[in-house]
Amino acid sequence: MFDYTFHWRAAYKALPDMLAGAWVTFETAALSMVFGVIIALLLTLMRQGRNPVLRGFAATWISIARNTPSLFQIYILYFGLGSFGLHVSSWFALLAGITFNNAGYLAENFRGGLKAVPDTQLRAARSLGMSAAQAYRLIVVPQLLRIVFYPLTNQMVWAVLMTSLGVIVGLNNDLTGVTQDYNVKTFRTFEFFALAAVLYYLIAKAIVAVARILSWRLFRY
Amino acid sequence: MFSTSFTWNDFLFLLQGAWVTLLLTLGAMAIGTVAGVLCGLLRALLPRATLPLSWLLDVFRSVPLLIQFVLFNSLKSIAGLNWSAFTVACIVLGIYATAFCTEIVRSGVLAVPFNLRRASRSLGLTYLQDLRYIVLPIATRVAFPGWLNLVLSVMKDTALVMWIGIVELLRASQTIVTRIQEPLLVLCIAGLIYYVMSLVVARLGARLETRWQEND
Repeated sequence: MFDYTFHWRAAYKALPDMLAGAWVTFETAALSMVFGVIIALLLTLMRQGRNPVLRGFAATWISIARNTPSLFQIYILYFGLGSFGLHVSSWFALLAGITFNNAGYLAENFRGGLKAVPDTQLRAARSLGMSAAQAYRLIVVPQLLRIVFYPLTNQMVWAVLMTSLGVIVGLNNDLTGVTQDYNVKTFRTFEFFALAAVLYYLIAKAIVAVARILSWRLFRY
Repeated sequence: MFSTSFTWNDFLFLLQGAWVTLLLTLGAMAIGTVAGVLCGLLRALLPRATLPLSWLLDVFRSVPLLIQFVLFNSLKSIAGLNWSAFTVACIVLGIYATAFCTEIVRSGVLAVPFNLRRASRSLGLTYLQDLRYIVLPIATRVAFPGWLNLVLSVMKDTALVMWIGIVELLRASQTIVTRIQEPLLVLCIAGLIYYVMSLVVARLGARLETRWQEND
């Protein structure tokens, strides 16, 4: 029944390439987080505002991002934009898809965080003579970031895991893509993907560890 | 201008794919809920002894689902098991759901105030009675929204099973796109189906939640 010999040597030989792929994965995830946070802040502002068009736009974005699979979102960017004559690379489609997804989820987190900052804080800041922008920048946003820091780390781990979907739209230089390339060449599926799984696990743990150290440094009263 | 070669039969094909998606979700959630409630209870009641369990489940949350599918699929071939792709998908998604469900159940059980349990014990309930009549009803109400979120996220994650060759909603839409070459339209319809399914599940859950909270 069990007549399979594992060949780990081939996988070890591929390790440098896979580490390079891991770096691409991390970069993509980090970029998508940066853009995601910016867009999510904008979406949160739009939702708070009075303009019905902007409100509708933000609400639509968030509900689509949260109610459809991220793979579907990447697909629609990769194949769907093609019908407008916009041919994007698979890496761009992946990045845009994950950013779209991140922004939707983070906007929801920010909304929750904003609710958790007491109204009185803003009013106190205003009555101390700060302008609205100052009050937001110096009082509300720092507290908001403190509250959403943990969800933010979580979302970063999610972003790293989501980059593995790039291989389905033909990306071949991220961690999963590199692994799949080797897999196609050698058909040592289990060994290569086991190594990739270990690398993903290490990346995820590293992110959590760094976030923990960061929060310990940043959020001391 | 708006002529399309998308036919009624294509739509039925998509609906069949959606049915597979729903079946997968159901199977995975059945496995995930049963195993998750067990593991979650163990984690909450014996936190020290089951620490290795939490490390094990943590692995499934930190490795991409796609890679879990590929790994398990090749492991199946290595071990010479003759399982269908559907079974493999259900098991992998089930373990994945277990990993999340455990945390949800654990936090639900821990949310029950310890004094409440002491009170029930001092009223003469046995340990199991206390668990059955006091802890579980309260923990269920606390954990339910999280569980519902898990159902929705598992439903979205079923899209990944196309990689091991199951024709579910997204794969069905790909098949149609290959034939009629209108990706935007077909993908939009598939997306709409996903959206409606999520919305229905979310609405049903919200209704159940309000009904449970009536006499709180």
